[in-house]
Amino acid sequence: MSAEKTEKVEIKNLRDFWSFFWSELKPKGPIFTPFNIISAPVIVIGLALIVYRLAIGLGDTTNMNNDFPWGIWKGAIVMSGIAIAGGGYTLGFVVYITGMERFRPILRETVLFAFLCYVFYAPALLIEIGRWWNFQNPFIGYEFGVSSVLFIVAWHFVLYMITLGIEFSPAAAEWLGMKRVRKIVGATAVGAVALGVMLSIHHQAGLGALISMGHAKLHPLWYTEFIPGLFFFSSIFAGPSMMIIVSSVTQKVFSNRVDEEYRKSHADIVVGLGKMCAGVMFAYLFLTFILAHHEHDLQYINTPMGYWWLTEVVGLGLIPMLLFINGVQNRNLSTIQLAAILAVMGAALNRFNCAFIAYNWFLPLEARYSPYWMEVVVTFGITFLMIWIFRFAINRMHVLSRQPEWAAAIDKH
Amino acid sequence: MDRRTFMKMVGATMAGTAGGTLLTPRTSEAQKAFEQKEFHSILIDTTRCIGCRRCEKACAEANNLPIPDISEQANEAIFEKKRKTSETAYTVTNLYETEKGKVFVPWRCMHCNQPGCRSACLVYAIKKRETGHVTWDANCLGCRLCVYSCPYDLVKWEWYGTIVRLQKCNLCYGRFLKGKLPACVEACPTEALMFGLRRGLLEEGKRRIAQNPGKYIKRIYGEFEVGGTSHLYLSAVPFNQIGLRTDLGVKSVPEYSLVYLSAVPFIAALVPITCFAIARVVRIEKDAIRKELEKKEGEEKKKGEEKEKHK
Repeated sequence: MSAEKTEKVEIKNLRDFWSFFWSELKPKGPIFTPFNIISAPVIVIGLALIVYRLAIGLGDTTNMNNDFPWGIWKGAIVMSGIAIAGGGYTLGFVVYITGMERFRPILRETVLFAFLCYVFYAPALLIEIGRWWNFQNPFIGYEFGVSSVLFIVAWHFVLYMITLGIEFSPAAAEWLGMKRVRKIVGATAVGAVALGVMLSIHHQAGLGALISMGHAKLHPLWYTEFIPGLFFFSSIFAGPSMMIIVSSVTQKVFSNRVDEEYRKSHADIVVGLGKMCAGVMFAYLFLTFILAHHEHDLQYINTPMGYWWLTEVVGLGLIPMLLFINGVQNRNLSTIQLAAILAVMGAALNRFNCAFIAYNWFLPLEARYSPYWMEVVVTFGITFLMIWIFRFAINRMHVLSRQPEWAAAIDKH
Repeated sequence: MDRRTFMKMVGATMAGTAGGTLLTPRTSEAQKAFEQKEFHSILIDTTRCIGCRRCEKACAEANNLPIPDISEQANEAIFEKKRKTSETAYTVTNLYETEKGKVFVPWRCMHCNQPGCRSACLVYAIKKRETGHVTWDANCLGCRLCVYSCPYDLVKWEWYGTIVRLQKCNLCYGRFLKGKLPACVEACPTEALMFGLRRGLLEEGKRRIAQNPGKYIKRIYGEFEVGGTSHLYLSAVPFNQIGLRTDLGVKSVPEYSLVYLSAVPFIAALVPITCFAIARVVRIEKDAIRKELEKKEGEEKKKGEEKEKHK
């Protein structure tokens, strides 16, 4: 249906584009759903709080202080958000580089999800930095801190955002009926993926390198020389785990947008992703334990922080791995989905720990950081807004269904 | 390989190499400064400090900070707590009860030889001047990685207000350029603080240790700690009793990110090429399999047709 419709409206000039865009802005489903009723006020309050924070500063809107310079905006939104967006490059690699076509139905959804993660977390960084009017300095400033890890992370962050945009642009071009654009961006796929893998390795590991600079204040169980590697590995399983959750949800919620091919192959894809996650998690946990042993950190196990470490590594690491293995062997989708939820929580908790929980761990409990309500509301507001845009795109573009005939014809040429 | 693919690969290699070269870390800048010029330092003799807090007052006056009350009654109340430097106080003096009685210790930015904050900064807003001063510029964007990575916890961010800045001791760089001593050194009544070239101060510290046997422990804090610092401490008691961390090691903070930074150009150059190579191999393999299948199908079709003909 929609394929035929979009084929009729080929956009030739800007006026066509705007009239089409306005007509598409109308909501496609019922407006007063429980999700909308909850999320809309949170988004509005969140946006108001963002303006308030930009005007009044960080001190009054967050609980961050000089002992805990990074709170949940960096720990939750940026660090764990980037980790769970790791599906973008892992699945791109799997489908485009190693040619496992059976994962293709989930690819567009993954790229869209990752793209939105990056697009929404970049503004989150803008409110997080103290002197936000200087945000352009790393990119067009007069002084580049080229020896800084964060400089590399910032550049690769932005470059990867553009790359993901290019990777997703075929779907947008199909939606707008732009045949020539579709032809051009369709040809860039493998190049964009290869570049994306490189950029992802850089900034996923780079976030770890940032953490490793705080070695003097980080609990020894979390600090190792190989944090960059651990961050990279954990993003390889956190991304696909997140996609198991996201795709399972979208299968149910957007069932009218899912085509027959994807619906049939979904179980296979989830099992395949589960297998992948189990393997990578094994490598990650093996490395974690080996490092903890080699650096003589296991002496801290029998302390409160040690229990917390075990919660992260065993409770949200080893157990989901075993669940993944069990689920894959029995082809039990709900086990795999449960494992995916735990694995994502584990990866996120790891980022939280590095940003503020295991950081300055020797301070008394009352001096430790806990998020202020404004921080939490802004975090949820940004996440909800992201889900709204995700829904917008899924309801209008060929994300969960095969591309229209004319686009497939272009690809064959 | 046809010409087009060859050109593509050449292009990718060149782009990768160019990107790699552009992003190659230049961590050795601080090292260069270290080799070419003498850094300036302050030697802090904790046995001479009487806890008068005149350095705090002078520092506040020199840096336009709130002037602290340094009357004796105020001091008594203040020394009950261990204070930290903050956005309103670049230097604080704390009282420590040790095995040799009360010891006063002034705290301020250590001005490391290879500062972690400087290598953390993505816009080079924090600079290690060739004279040894670690200073801050207004092109900072406030990511606070410097606060996160300072091993001594002495880099402080200003949290309240819209126009905020990094607040820490800059070894009175402005006064230094005018040829004046740092405000705290000038105000010190007992010469517990001594300003000079780092090498000279290390010699002075060692001379004091040698000339007063039993008075000091035989080390200068800051000579090697975290790559060496410009604030040097002399003490009569082990350093961990006066709040100085002795578990930091001699490796400077920038070195901790060096492994990652040196891998960056290699990843930039090699990963895309590897990806293209794998994609190509997979494609060739797939084409071969498809052709074989088509061939088989064709043969079977032929056989079937022949059989039908026979019938």
